[in-house]
Amino acid sequence: MVDPYLRQSPLAHLHLDARAANDADLVGAGLRLSERAHLGMINVRGVAADPAFAPAFKKATGVELPTAANTTAGKADGVHAIWLGPDEWLVITPPGREHALADKLRAATKALHAAVTVTGEARTVIRVAGANARDAIAKGCPLDLHPRVFGPGQCGQTILGRADMLIHQTALDRKSGAPSYDVFVLRSFAEYAWTWLEDAGREYGVQVVAAKG
Amino acid sequence: MLLIPCPFCGEREESEFHQGGEAHIERPKNPDKLSDAEWADYLFLRDNKKGLYLERWVHRHGCRRWFNVARDTATNEIKTVYKMGAKPPRGLTKGRAK
Ligand SMILES: [Zn+2]
Repeated sequence: MVDPYLRQSPLAHLHLDARAANDADLVGAGLRLSERAHLGMINVRGVAADPAFAPAFKKATGVELPTAANTTAGKADGVHAIWLGPDEWLVITPPGREHALADKLRAATKALHAAVTVTGEARTVIRVAGANARDAIAKGCPLDLHPRVFGPGQCGQTILGRADMLIHQTALDRKSGAPSYDVFVLRSFAEYAWTWLEDAGREYGVQVVAAKG
Repeated sequence: MLLIPCPFCGEREESEFHQGGEAHIERPKNPDKLSDAEWADYLFLRDNKKGLYLERWVHRHGCRRWFNVARDTATNEIKTVYKMGAKPPRGLTKGRAK
């Protein structure tokens, strides 16, 4: 377990807080970027077909097990679960809550064929929002993000530029139709993904937004 | 660009996948009893045929699962996909008769 005071975002050297302060009054940017640093992440393996597994998962997390491919469950700003495969999920928690939740998951699945692993600081999350968020990501992503086939609550593991990415659409603004995505990348790809997104968003205007955590 | 129907994620673009060679090649039960030529055949020699071919693919940048694909190597048409450990669907000739 990493002592919380030792935690450092893989984007710390970009001084995003200072840029966010600078951009605070910016109006009309088509792309808004922020880092959701230090979210807790737990990899969960289990047998979806085992009738005891989904209830045990829900008991520990308070979230329904998303068994349909490419779907998520729970609140994107709280505890939520992301489908990774037929027997694999990623549970996201607010910063610092991952170990307590992993303990609960382990206790709940103790008698089952399951594995619970806190993945620590392996990945970081970039929140990509704004009227042109979809256009910017689509420049380097083979996944079809058209609202007809990919909407809020859906996820996919795919590619962003030259990096692996897990993408989760967290919201869709009803008035403007602007989507919001959480983009998960391995921390060694964080700077690449961030600068790639800034570059992709140049034609729409990019605003750096302060991280909410 | 091929659209490959991952049995778990659905249709995705080819760039998310890697091909893993011919499917249904069984490791010989008694390697010690094989001649060098027979062992080399198991280890290195593949059909590489024109037409229907049964092969393994992995959804490398997606769900990271392996699965089988029946593909026509001349037209790139994907006839079907099926899970690891499953037998090729009826009506599809085996990639390698052994
Ligand atoms: Zn897949």
